[in-house]
Order: sequence, then structure tokens, then C-alpha cells
Amino acid sequence: MRLIALLLAALCLMPLPGLAQEAARIVEENRALIEKPSRQTIGPVIAELAASGDAMADDILSAWADKRLVVRKSDGAMFIAKAEGGALALTALDGSPAGTAASTDVTELKPNAGVRGLIATALVQFTLSDPDPARRRAALASIAQDPTAEALEPLRAAIATEEDPALKGKKERLERLLTLRFDPATEARVAAIESFGADLGLDLRAALNPLVATTRVASATPPPGNIARELRPGSDLSEDEAYALLVAAGLAPARLTVQDQRAALLAHLRDGMVGGLPVAELNTQAARDRAYTALEASGAVPQAATEDEVRAALAAARFYDVYAEPDPAVTAAALAALDRIATRVGIMQAADLGLDALSLASIYFLAAIGLAITFGVMGVINMAHGEFITIGAYTGYVVQLFVPDYTLSILIALPLAFAVTFGAGVTMERLVIRHLYKRPLETLLATFGISIAVQQILKNVFGTQARPLTSPAWLDGALSFNDVVSISYIRIAIFVLALVFLAFFLWLMKRTRLGLEVRAVTQNPVMAASMGINPDRINMLTFGLGSGIAGIAGVAIGLFAKVTSELGTDYIVQSFMTVVVGGVGSIWGTLAGATMIGGLQKVIEFFNPSNTLAAQTYMILFIILFIQVRPRGIIALRGRAAGD
Amino acid sequence: MTLLHPRHRSALVFIACLALFTIGVTLAAQFGLVSTSFVKTLGKTLCLCLAALAMDLLWGYAGILSLGHMAFFALGGYMIGMWLMYARTEEIVVAALANGGLPATPEEVLQGIATQIFGVVGASDLPAIWSFAHSLPLQLALVVAVPGVLALVFGWLAFRSRVTGVYLSILTQAMTLALALYLFQNDSGLRGNNGLSGLQNLPGVTAGQDAVSLWFFWASAAALVVAYLGLHAIVSGKFGSVIRAIRDDEARVRFLGYSVEGYKLFVFTLTAVICALAGALYYPQAGIINPAELAPIASIYLAVWVAIGGRGRLYGAVIGAALVSLLSSWFTGGRVPSIPLGFGTLHWVDWWLVLLGLTFVCVTLFAPKGIGGLFDRFAGVHSPDRKGAALGPDQGALMEQEAKQ
Repeated sequence: MRLIALLLAALCLMPLPGLAQEAARIVEENRALIEKPSRQTIGPVIAELAASGDAMADDILSAWADKRLVVRKSDGAMFIAKAEGGALALTALDGSPAGTAASTDVTELKPNAGVRGLIATALVQFTLSDPDPARRRAALASIAQDPTAEALEPLRAAIATEEDPALKGKKERLERLLTLRFDPATEARVAAIESFGADLGLDLRAALNPLVATTRVASATPPPGNIARELRPGSDLSEDEAYALLVAAGLAPARLTVQDQRAALLAHLRDGMVGGLPVAELNTQAARDRAYTALEASGAVPQAATEDEVRAALAAARFYDVYAEPDPAVTAAALAALDRIATRVGIMQAADLGLDALSLASIYFLAAIGLAITFGVMGVINMAHGEFITIGAYTGYVVQLFVPDYTLSILIALPLAFAVTFGAGVTMERLVIRHLYKRPLETLLATFGISIAVQQILKNVFGTQARPLTSPAWLDGALSFNDVVSISYIRIAIFVLALVFLAFFLWLMKRTRLGLEVRAVTQNPVMAASMGINPDRINMLTFGLGSGIAGIAGVAIGLFAKVTSELGTDYIVQSFMTVVVGGVGSIWGTLAGATMIGGLQKVIEFFNPSNTLAAQTYMILFIILFIQVRPRGIIALRGRAAGD
Repeated sequence: MTLLHPRHRSALVFIACLALFTIGVTLAAQFGLVSTSFVKTLGKTLCLCLAALAMDLLWGYAGILSLGHMAFFALGGYMIGMWLMYARTEEIVVAALANGGLPATPEEVLQGIATQIFGVVGASDLPAIWSFAHSLPLQLALVVAVPGVLALVFGWLAFRSRVTGVYLSILTQAMTLALALYLFQNDSGLRGNNGLSGLQNLPGVTAGQDAVSLWFFWASAAALVVAYLGLHAIVSGKFGSVIRAIRDDEARVRFLGYSVEGYKLFVFTLTAVICALAGALYYPQAGIINPAELAPIASIYLAVWVAIGGRGRLYGAVIGAALVSLLSSWFTGGRVPSIPLGFGTLHWVDWWLVLLGLTFVCVTLFAPKGIGGLFDRFAGVHSPDRKGAALGPDQGALMEQEAKQ
């Protein structure tokens, strides 16, 4: 296929006969060199071919590298061959077809590996200038993946002819990346490094980092090369590491390990005595050292470094970090550039952390908003709140069993989860909670009983393994601003959902009849009742509403967390913390609490990224201390609204 | 005789029952009527009763519903477990090194112990918190000191800022969750989620597990008796009157000039120490301890036991803990026959927790006195007639139906 395309391209160039014959002419002139090439002599020929501007040069070179350049035995003419059935299809060097030949009729030219390397480098130029943009892009990608000094020149040559602006930009960027690593001139490299400024690209950092890579060297005198710094044993590197360097450099004998010493002593055990000491006394390290020294003195065991010798050897030697890159100007420029980048990356990471914190805060807010209604507004401690979240997530799972379209199933699951948990909440309020309104501690324990019962029932029905709740395809992937800052769409969706709930809650409480009645019943049930409000009905509806919102939160949480019967348990303590820290009874408090807990947790995780458990531990400790300072939460209700 | 005062009758009956029970179990074990594992289960149950006793003093008498006291229980277990594991490993390491031909140096022994204990979490050095693990007396002191100091600091912070009622419950729950999450880390120095294991092997003891299980059973029973007598003395004296008053109406007690915070802090710390001692007796019988033991749910179970037994009665807590935990291990042990229903089979392993949860809801709603109510009815003790009002305005106050006349 490729050959046909090239042939077509070559045919288009036919109206330029002078140029079209150029490659064939060069081959003809250097025929002897080409038939028996050597790495030292063939360079100019390949360069001339590559520079000829003849479209056939590409074909000739690639055929040569692939051992498809053949000489016909009968007349000594040279052709490009291609296997076709049992025979070879021949193409003349000017691009015209030349019939076929049996493979026994021709001799293949077999360049050695060195020559093939030269040809490949020359070919880079052709692929970089290939008419097909996809091939040019692939060639750029392959150079970027495996940058070599040889690719630099062809790349530079290919920039001027590039017409696609995007590809041209890529080529120029790659050219500078290669320049800063491989250009022979120091000024060019430094200029290339500085031209990037504080670019955030990973490719730039990948190119700069090898420039400042160092190796540790131990030597008596300063070693040749570009020295980064001198190291002092004890402060810059541990004494063990320093001594290991000395041993590796052959400047000191290996240290005696406890195991080796033990083995050596055992090997020289004679009649219960080692080195003049009875075995029974060898139960301290000092005694063993004495015995070993005695053995050393008698020549029975090899010399090994003792503590004193180690110290003396360390004092005599000096240790250096030496750059692999010999040019000090380049390393200095690279260090400066990396510094600039690190500052910029730090700022970007802070932005990324902010986004992370925001999305964690919206998850906490979502989990806690139902609780902000039942606990914050009504004052009911509902330990089964977590189970309502779980029920919501399982509702989503069940809906997906019946509705295979993920977008549609989520749209069905959201109201259905609300309906199911609303029903569960109303039932629970009617049967249990209304009998315990004045008894918060008893409510806590009774709802805990319901919690373990519901959790176990869910486990019996759905099993212990995690169930999938798959998000629609349009929520996959992430919105990335650059190489550092990105946020997944699902988190954006949860953030939006949290905002929607906040708006809904505010509207419901401040703008509707139900909200007015809820606030009235919360502040003074007796007075509200005498105004014609039915407190029983209001309490039932409010509790159902809080539970229903927990169900919707469950669907959202289930999209990114594992749906198991313990899903809600993971959120229940955090949710209570969110409400308490924010200030009971205020939705803005819940929002502030979620923001603070989410933000702080991410910040702690940032300082200790490997350990999210520790982050949660410190978070809870912080909350316990925070309650000391503001016992009523961030936004404390005052006066009558506070309820006391 | 002051001992025969009616006020002390319940304590005397309790001790008599416990003594009879201990003798009965000992004899049954001697004649091989009960298995070693069952003796261990009974011993562990007595430890749980001890923890429930502490919880009853805290919640039933002082009105503080702590949902974190099992953290102190587990901490006590961890402290004794460190010594058990260290000493046991030391025996093994010394024996192994002695086979090597040379007598072991202290450094080698220490290194061997560290590798043995911490190899599982990829470390080979003993963390600083194991500094005292070589010594039984020091580690026993830590059994009391670590949970005691933790409870003291936590209680001081909480009571000082007047955190009461459900807020305190949630805060204690957060405390035990934080502790559990911390211990789950591998670099917490207590082997992460592997926990401490092999605690049933007492170092330096050659007797079999059947004998050791009986020793621990006796020790648990003795601890329960001592704690019961001590707590009974506390609650039947003036101190008991003050903490009951704090439970029902904290503000009024404060206005009478009592240091409410001091009383609460004392009760909180004392119960934490009792729980720690119970844990230190429990985990050598259980053989293994891991951070899951500190999960908030364990502490809530403690409150459930007390509620089912009937709070505000020491014997109630013991009965509740014993009954629920024994039933629990019976039902979840898989030895209860399944009930075939028309549409399926009821496996008790799966449905026991549902039954427990619903029973608990019913007890809270319909029988606030719990099992203790049966004894009251038997003894002819009635609730006061307060026209539905609780004994006080505080959240922990006894309800009318819970109180005695």
C-alpha cells in the first residue's frame, strides 16, 4: 500500500524530470560505495541522497535499509524490489516499474547495522516531511518518546516546510527540547532552556531532569567533571551510605556484618574456645569483637573494618555529587528552569488541591444535608441516616438491573431513591421516633437498633460483595486545565448536585408554606399547634424529606464509591461532624462545616499523601479541639432560634 | 448489721450467684462437661460484664452516654498484648539463637524480636512505644495509665466546654473512630490491621490451655466481684446521690455548689480505667486484638447491653451484657437450627442481628427498665407517679417508667 502511495506521489513529480533522475544519478555515481558500504565512508552519500530533493530518495533509502535494494545479476542494474507472490516486483531507481524477477536472479545489498542506523536517521527527515499529516505526527511522537542527538538536524530541516500550524508548533517545541539536550553549542542549549520559561509540560521536565541528574562519587581528590556539591558524611549522607560508597569504589574493605562475624567465629570454634575466649562469654557484641580481633591477629580470618577503621577511612575520603552533564552553564540554566517550574507547579497544585477539596466538601455536604434537616432542624439523632444513603445507592443498582441505559437509569433512580427513602423515613418516624421526641439519647439508641437491622437485611438481600452502580459515559473522563490541574466530570456533577440541593433547601425553608410551618414547629410546637399547624404531620414530612435527600445523596455517592451494605456507615460519623462543626440548625453552617472538613482533610493528605487514614485521624482530632473553641459550631444560632 | 441493710441486698445476692456460677463452671470443667473454648467464652463474657458495669455507672448513674468506652477496653488489651507478644517472641528468639552455637547478644535478641513482630508490616525496628514492653509491671501500669490519661484529657476538654447529651455521644464516637483509624495504619507501631496475635500463649507458662482458661475465668470473676462491690459502694453513698442528681438536673447541682465537671471527669476516667482492666483480662482469652475492636459499633453495643439489662441498676448491666453477648455468640456460632419457612429458610447467622436490632428498638420503646423491670415487678417496686415527666430536664435523666419509687 505504502509503496503504491509513494509511487503515485512519485508519478505526480514526473513533470520534473531533472529532479526525478537526481537520486538515480547519485546512486550511480557512488555505486561502489553503496554496494560495499562502511559506516565511515557512506555518510556523505546518504546525506547527498537525503538532500537531493528527489521523491525517490526516500524509497531508495528505506529499501536499502530493509535489504530490498537489489542488483540484477544479468546486467548489474539496480532496482527496488518488493515480494509479490513467488517473484519480486522491480522498480527502477527513477520510479518507473521494471517488471518482475525471480529472487535467484538478483543480489540483495545487505548494509550492516551501523549503516542502517545512518540510513534510519536520514529517513527521519522524510517521515517528518511526509505528505500525510498522520505520519508526520507519528514520527514526531516517536522522536519525542525516544529522543536522540541524530534526530535534531532532520527535525530542524523539517520545520520550514511544515504547513500545518499545529504540527509546526509541535515540531518547534520538540526542536527546542532536543536542542537543550543535544546541541553542541552551550549558548544554544541555554537559550533553548530559557525559551521555555516556567512551562508546565511533563515533556520539558522529562528533558530537564536528566541534565541535573547526579551520581555519588567517593574519592580522595576532587573528581573531574561538573561537580554539583561536596557531601559531608553524617549530615548530607549517612555514614553507612558513605562507607558503602568507599567500599564500592574499592577504597576500603567491606564492613563485617553481625551474621558474617558470627559465622567466622563459629568456623573457628575449637574445644569451646574462640580466639582465646570461652564460648559462654560471647554473649555481648564487645566480647565477640575482641574474639574476632584475636582471630585477625592470628591471620585465621580476613581483615575487616572495625568501627575505628571505618571512622578513619571516612575522615580521609571526600564525597561528591557529580552531574552527568559536563557543562556547568547548562546545569545552572536547567536548575534555574526547574526552580521556576517548581514554583509554578506549586501554585497549580494548590489550585488542584482547592478543586479536590471542593469536590470532597460537596460529597460531605451531600451526605450531611439530609442530616441537616433531621438533626439540624428537628433535633432528631438518626443513626440510621447512613442506611438511608445505602438504600438510595442500592435503589440505583436495582434500577440499572432493569434499565440498561445508564443515563436513563440514573434519571429514574434519583426520584425513585427519594421516594423509597422518603417512605422508609416516614414509616420510621411514625413507628419509633415520634414516641421519643423529648428523649434524644433514647432516639440515638433506637435508631441505632434500626440501623443494624436494616444493614443486616441489606446484606442478606444483596450479599456482602460490592455491587456496581455505573455512571453514564458522558460523566467519564476529566476536565483538565493543564498537566497539573484536572477534575473528573463526576466530581463536577456532584458539586452541581450539592449546589442544587442547597438552593432547594433554601427555597423550601424560606419560600414555601411547608418551610414556614417546619420552622414554626421547630421553634415552638405548642404555639404552632395553636395556630392551626399540625405538628405531627409537619414532623413526619420533614423527617421524610431529610431521609429522601439522603437517598438521592446515596445514588450520587454510589456512582464513585463501592456500593456495599456498609456504604452509609463510612459517612455517618463524618456527616454528624459536619453538622455539629458547622452549627446545628443552620444550612449555611452545614455548608461551612463541609467546606472546612473537606478542605482540611485534603490539606492534611497533601502533607502526608501516602496515608489517608492518618488524615482522617488528625481531622477528627482537630474537630474535637475545634468544638472546644466554638462549642456551638462555626455558625451558631443565637437567641430563640437556638432553642434554649 | 449494716451489710444486711436492704440497700445492700442486691449486691449480696449478686455475689452469691456469681460465686455459685464460678464454682459450678469450675467443677464442670474439671469433670470435662464443658469444653475449654466454652470456658473461655464464659470468661470473656465476664469481662464484657465488667465493661458494661462501668458503662452503667457512666450512663445509668451519671447520665453520660459515651459511645467510645470500648476504645479504652481495646487500649487495655493492646497494652497487655504488647507485653504478651514481646515476652513470648523473646522466648522463641532466644531458643532459636541458642541453637546457632554462640550465646545470643542482647542486640541480636532485640533485633530478632523486632523482625519477628514487625516483619509482617515491613519494618524491622521496635517503635518507641514498645520501650516498656519487656517489663510486665511497667506494661501493667500502662494498662491503667494510657486509657486513664486519654480519658482524663478527653473528658477534661469535653466537660470543660460543657459538651453534654448527644453532642458528647457523637464526640466520643469520633474519638474511638479516630483511634481506630490511627491504629489501622501500618506505621502506628502496633502492627496496623494485623493487630497483636498469639496472646493466649502466656510466656513462661507450661500449663495447657484448659488450665489457663480456668485461671482467666477465675480472674475475670474476681475482677467483676471487686468492681461490683466498689461501684456498689460508690453509688449507694453520697457520691452516688450527687452523680444521680447530675444525671437528672445538672444545672441545679451546679447551683448548689458542687463541681459538676469534677464529678463527671472522675466518673469518666474511673469507668475508662475499669474498661481498660476488663480489656486486659479479655484479650488474653480472645488471643487476638486488632483495630476493628475499636470500631464505634462496639461501643454502641456496650450501651445496648446496659439498656437491655436496665440502666441505673448495676446487676442490670451485668445481666444485659451476659445475656446479649452469650445469645449473640450462640446465634452467630451456627449451632442454632435454621427455621424452615414456606418460601425459604431462616438462617440465624444471617438474621440474628436483625432480631437484635428490632428487639432493642422494642425495649427502648416499650420496656425502658429492660430486664431489670422484671426484678422490680418481682420485688414489688413501682415507678413514681410523675404524670409522665422525667426525673429532670437533662437528656440523660431517667424517665418516669425507669425510676424507682
